[in-house]
Amino acid sequence: MSVGLLGFGAYLPQSRLQRKSIAAAHGWFEPSLVGLGRGERTMAAWDEDSNTLSVEAGRACLAGSDRRQVDGLYIGSTSFPFLDRQNSVLVSEALGLSSALQTFDLAGSQRAGTSALLAALKGAATGETGLVIGADNRRTKAASVGEMTYGDGAAALLVGEGDVIATLVGSHTRSVDFIDHFRTAQSEFDYQWEARWIRDEGLMKIVPESVNALLQNTGIDAGRIAHFCCPIGSSKDQKALARKLGLRAEALQDTLESNCGNTGAAHALLMLIGALEAAKPGELIMVLGFGQGCDVLLFETTDALAQLPAATGLKVCLANRCEEENYFKYLAFNDLITMEHGLRAETDKNTALSAAYRNKALTTGFIGGKCSQCGTEQIPVAPICVNPQCGGVGTQEPHPFADAVASLNSYTSDRLTYSLNPPAYYGMIQFAEGGRIMIDFADVVAEQGLEVGMSMRMVFRIRDYDHKRGFRRYYWKAAPIYPGSGA
Amino acid sequence: MASGIRDKVAILGMGCSKFGERWDANAEDLMVEAYTEALADAGIESSAIDAAWLATALDEQHVGKSAVPVATALRLPYIPATRVENYCASGTESFRGAVYAVAAGACDIALAVGVEKLKDTGYGGLPQRARGTVNDLFWPNVSAPGSFAQLASAYTSKHKMNKADLKRAMGHVSVKSHDNGLLNEKAHLRRKIDIDMVLNAAMIAEPLGLFDCCGVSDGSACAIVTTPEIARSLGKQDLVTVKALQLSVSNGRELQYNDWDGSYFHTTRVAAERAYKEAGIKDPRSQLSMIEVHDCFSVTELVTMEDLHISEEGRASFDILDGFYDAGGQVPCQLDGGLKCFGHPIGATGLRMIYEMYLQLQGRAGARQLENDPVLGLTHNLGGFPSQNVSSVTIVGREGA
Repeated sequence: MSVGLLGFGAYLPQSRLQRKSIAAAHGWFEPSLVGLGRGERTMAAWDEDSNTLSVEAGRACLAGSDRRQVDGLYIGSTSFPFLDRQNSVLVSEALGLSSALQTFDLAGSQRAGTSALLAALKGAATGETGLVIGADNRRTKAASVGEMTYGDGAAALLVGEGDVIATLVGSHTRSVDFIDHFRTAQSEFDYQWEARWIRDEGLMKIVPESVNALLQNTGIDAGRIAHFCCPIGSSKDQKALARKLGLRAEALQDTLESNCGNTGAAHALLMLIGALEAAKPGELIMVLGFGQGCDVLLFETTDALAQLPAATGLKVCLANRCEEENYFKYLAFNDLITMEHGLRAETDKNTALSAAYRNKALTTGFIGGKCSQCGTEQIPVAPICVNPQCGGVGTQEPHPFADAVASLNSYTSDRLTYSLNPPAYYGMIQFAEGGRIMIDFADVVAEQGLEVGMSMRMVFRIRDYDHKRGFRRYYWKAAPIYPGSGA
Repeated sequence: MASGIRDKVAILGMGCSKFGERWDANAEDLMVEAYTEALADAGIESSAIDAAWLATALDEQHVGKSAVPVATALRLPYIPATRVENYCASGTESFRGAVYAVAAGACDIALAVGVEKLKDTGYGGLPQRARGTVNDLFWPNVSAPGSFAQLASAYTSKHKMNKADLKRAMGHVSVKSHDNGLLNEKAHLRRKIDIDMVLNAAMIAEPLGLFDCCGVSDGSACAIVTTPEIARSLGKQDLVTVKALQLSVSNGRELQYNDWDGSYFHTTRVAAERAYKEAGIKDPRSQLSMIEVHDCFSVTELVTMEDLHISEEGRASFDILDGFYDAGGQVPCQLDGGLKCFGHPIGATGLRMIYEMYLQLQGRAGARQLENDPVLGLTHNLGGFPSQNVSSVTIVGREGA
């Protein structure tokens, strides 16, 4: 049986920060940024981090497939919020994966996403099914190039044996301590070296060495490659690279620099998803990961690709966008500006870890109950059934609500309560099969508003930041499904 | 079958502090202000009181736990004293404790004191605080206005009503309460407003603007109750007695079971039906002389008119705009300005409402006194959120009415 890719899913935050807004803020100080002030970048909401991005990409990837089949979860990111508390375990529980699971946080390099993919492919060779996710939302200094060129996002791939949509043809990895930038445990932000040096010594030397090694090992001619996914270098530099490698110019996969920005450890996987969406069966796709060396993977698409049901991939994510012209929102969401949050923000957000553990089926998994006596679905689960005609005690079986669509019963937009993105939207939602809950909302577009009766879907988000202790807690929120949003 | 509380207990005396931003006073000072008035009104000494109940909701903001603060502030003579808390119905709960003790024959004379000192938070509105270790993991980030504002979205959807029409009716609720509050020297907010001010005010929680929200105040109110016989033996005439005291508490059904539409208070309907039965009232619309309801927000008052079965469902806004609930209307509502203008020191609020009924029934309400000899008055409290709350309905009236 072939080993390779079984499916994919992507997630990009819906806000697109307009780069001209960044340029307008900083052009006086750093005129070189003005030239970068075109297009847009994805911008995570205040309640998103690489874990929530991972969950949404993972959900998109696993939609319609049996989650219990996943044997391993491999997440590559350089912006894991927790250094010691495995982020992938949290993500696995939010995704409803089996607890009989190998989990890996792969960090420390922009190539963490492709390294995660390679590790999962190795597991697949021994019959294991792996979910690979790349996710990043990197904080950047104001007026830095990274602020302009980075984006926030996540990409997920299901890897295993069987009816694969793309077979792994071969791979090659080269490890080189080439420090184009770095970030340490003590530093908040990337420290970046000169772009021209990175281009000449990295893109034009380390990458060709790695690519050529793989081509040599597999005996494949560069001209046969239909899709070349290179997550670093401008499109102009990539054209020079293609010439050097003997690639067809049209093989260069869109770097998403104009409409998304570089999503770090997710970016190679995101571009691979873009290639899979564009590819026909029987085409070769090459994917690169770059950072302290280079991962190169070569896939060949199969006939199964044409049969793959429509997935939430790159196309849908790029189409689902809201323009944001307020650069200060970006600063506020990323804690890059000292703001007066007011006395209402001072509420202590300490989390009792024992209580959080006891209730994590609800808070992480959004699992409620279904009464085994009367069939009433309810969330949260309670010792006594809420159906007044039933009243069964201890009769509820775990019942997942995270993927159920709800309708909106009542709502408000609240300017009094503290929110980092006022007004705070919340209200009561109701599930068609039973169950209702009062809950915070996410991704409400002010211009489109809310209406009683509209459909809502659940999204995994940060609930509270406990700045005093550096902790953050997660929960689910309801997001409106606007017509044509593709979500 | 229990026969209920009707005419078993009389109000011997009442007091109420000035409500407002009482920068000058601690909670203890406010309690003493209300208590000394009540004691003088009752014509007794502290030594005559057999038991006391203290109501306060946000004790962390001021007095702290237990009933020790009331016993100490009022120098009560080592009698049983109990602190009660039941959201915004706390004041009525203290009254219920005192009234039931007298009705049971356990006490001759009992005291209910409610107090809240809310203006030491440093900001407007209710304190934003933690809601419990487990609740904090999943409860939404609600404020009080945001919670009650949702009534409007569900109400307009259910009754296919134009949002602007509802907003205008809600606006009249507030204009009316400001008109009434103007005549009340103890009221927190004494300022005439008009409908345009309400409609154009800053939005707090859609669709509630600034003037759709009640004041958050410091204040205290107090009641001394006894049996009608003892009241008469102390020389009291034209007694005001308790006709009904009912409470209904949500059990999670509105919040979790899919049969409540979010546009009304299930608890208020239950409590009102029980209270009318207890008081022997068949037609509240024609029998009630006046009402004080929990107008924490204008929309709450609007839907409560229906939940109390005074306006028909879906018709409250028409009655409101017709002036039915104005001071000169058929069933005047919030004669003292209500929570909106008298203010809302949570623990005191239920007692403050009964205080107004008591004054009106005795013809002692001064400039705002009803001229048509009121006979029965209803008070209503609501604590919590539309989806999970405590609702109380109290009816007081002339003895024998």
